[in-house]
Amino acid sequence: MNAPLLELKNLNAWYGESHVLHGVNLEVHKGEVVTLLGRNGAGRTSTLRAIMGLTGKRSGSVSLFGQEAISMAPHHIARLGVGFCPEERGIFATLTTGENLMLPPRVAKNGGMSVAHIFDMFPNLKERLNSPGTKLSGGEQQMLAVARILRTGAQLLLLDEISEGLAPVIVQTLGRVIRDLKSRGFTIVLVEQNFRFSAGLADRFYVMDGGKVVHHLRQDELAANATMLQEFLGV
Amino acid sequence: MTTIFGYPLPVVLGQLVLGFVNGSFYALLSLGLAVIFGLLRVVNFAHGAFYMLGGFVAHLLLIWFGVNYWGALILAPLIVGALGVGVERALLRHLYTLDPLYGLLLTFGLAMMFEGFMQQQFGSSGITYPVPAALTGFYKLGFMVLPIYRAWVIVASLTVCFLVWILIEKTKLGATLRAATENASLTQAFGINVPVMVTLTYGAGVALAALAGVLAAPITQVSPHMGTSLVVVVFAVVVIGGMGSIFGSIISGLMLGFVEGLTKVVYPEASTTVIFVIMAIVLLIRPTGLFGRD
Repeated sequence: MNAPLLELKNLNAWYGESHVLHGVNLEVHKGEVVTLLGRNGAGRTSTLRAIMGLTGKRSGSVSLFGQEAISMAPHHIARLGVGFCPEERGIFATLTTGENLMLPPRVAKNGGMSVAHIFDMFPNLKERLNSPGTKLSGGEQQMLAVARILRTGAQLLLLDEISEGLAPVIVQTLGRVIRDLKSRGFTIVLVEQNFRFSAGLADRFYVMDGGKVVHHLRQDELAANATMLQEFLGV
Repeated sequence: MTTIFGYPLPVVLGQLVLGFVNGSFYALLSLGLAVIFGLLRVVNFAHGAFYMLGGFVAHLLLIWFGVNYWGALILAPLIVGALGVGVERALLRHLYTLDPLYGLLLTFGLAMMFEGFMQQQFGSSGITYPVPAALTGFYKLGFMVLPIYRAWVIVASLTVCFLVWILIEKTKLGATLRAATENASLTQAFGINVPVMVTLTYGAGVALAALAGVLAAPITQVSPHMGTSLVVVVFAVVVIGGMGSIFGSIISGLMLGFVEGLTKVVYPEASTTVIFVIMAIVLLIRPTGLFGRD
């Protein structure tokens, strides 16, 4: 197998004095969809933020596209080809839908998805181009947050809780989008609370607890580990 | 004679026009402050000192290098803006993780340093800067005689304010600036070099102050303390308009110039305090300012 596209080795991260990641190890290969599972506070969101360089101090290793990124600034990390969709969606209220969509600069030389293609994928956005970003419905905002990073040509997508709080029909649409992206060769890391959403999408799963990876499963191992998953995901 | 509420019309109109001139300065200065505060969260107390340096650079360009007013209008903002870039990179940059109060204290200290240095070098009496030949003379408006230069100040300030507003609200660069103002770390995570943007924004805000200083030089004379009292008024303008609101700072700058002018007619004793009274009322009723976001 080729070298992983994303590899974390003994990744530690802090927010100020608070030590949130305690040696995370994981790897994601090109074209894979990988989900981070775990309870709230297990360190899944912090893992994505630490990959982007958005936590405070970090130590250990973050290797992206074969480059060590542990001491890179967030804008350099993004320009390696990483698209980040934050948990709170991060739609800018002072920007129109169109401005939100066009905000991230292209990170790949051969460009990303064309705007026309994005409108095929998310027709609602086209009609709302001039509305302020935060006047969109929750589902539309989530589509905008995903569409925005597809335009840049990023090959690795970090998607934090994209199904959270959305109507089932929109969650289904997002599921179709993820499958479509996978078939186009995108590499995707999902953080999901909605186990049923991610169970059908991901190739592999990392279960996190206490700021560490505690289990690693392939999709075909899910059924046999239902009791363990219950223990780490149940409340 | 025509009167309005018992006050002679020419007096009212005359003060309104003078208020318009002052308001143009308030708008230009508060615009730079608002842009800086929006992105950097720094209350730039050195704004008045950069305004003063703009006036001095224009004066020195003239007597040392023979650069005329029009040249100074371009060069002085560039020179003072470059100084601002240096200040941001060397000093302000280290304070962003601390309480915003530290930025205020640092810039307050810088203002005192700049003013003290200029006073030591050039004394505290004002230096006359000549009105450029093309703008000498007067317009006879009937109710008053308006120096052409003051009309030019109004036109130039409003044009610059309008262009900056267009740049921020209607262009791609402005959208990036608005995004970084709203959420700097996420904007950076999209691949935008926010630290460089912060530096250039501070430089640009400072350059606007210096431009106001050049525009003021032929009116107020150039002196080390020309910005000291002005900056306090401009802070009140920014608070009234809403911290960080571009549109709010321009409109409230002009509006308060008018209000000040009218107060000079109605109750001259209050003309220097009226802006602060309005600020207190606005803070009580709408703490985010007239055009601020919650």
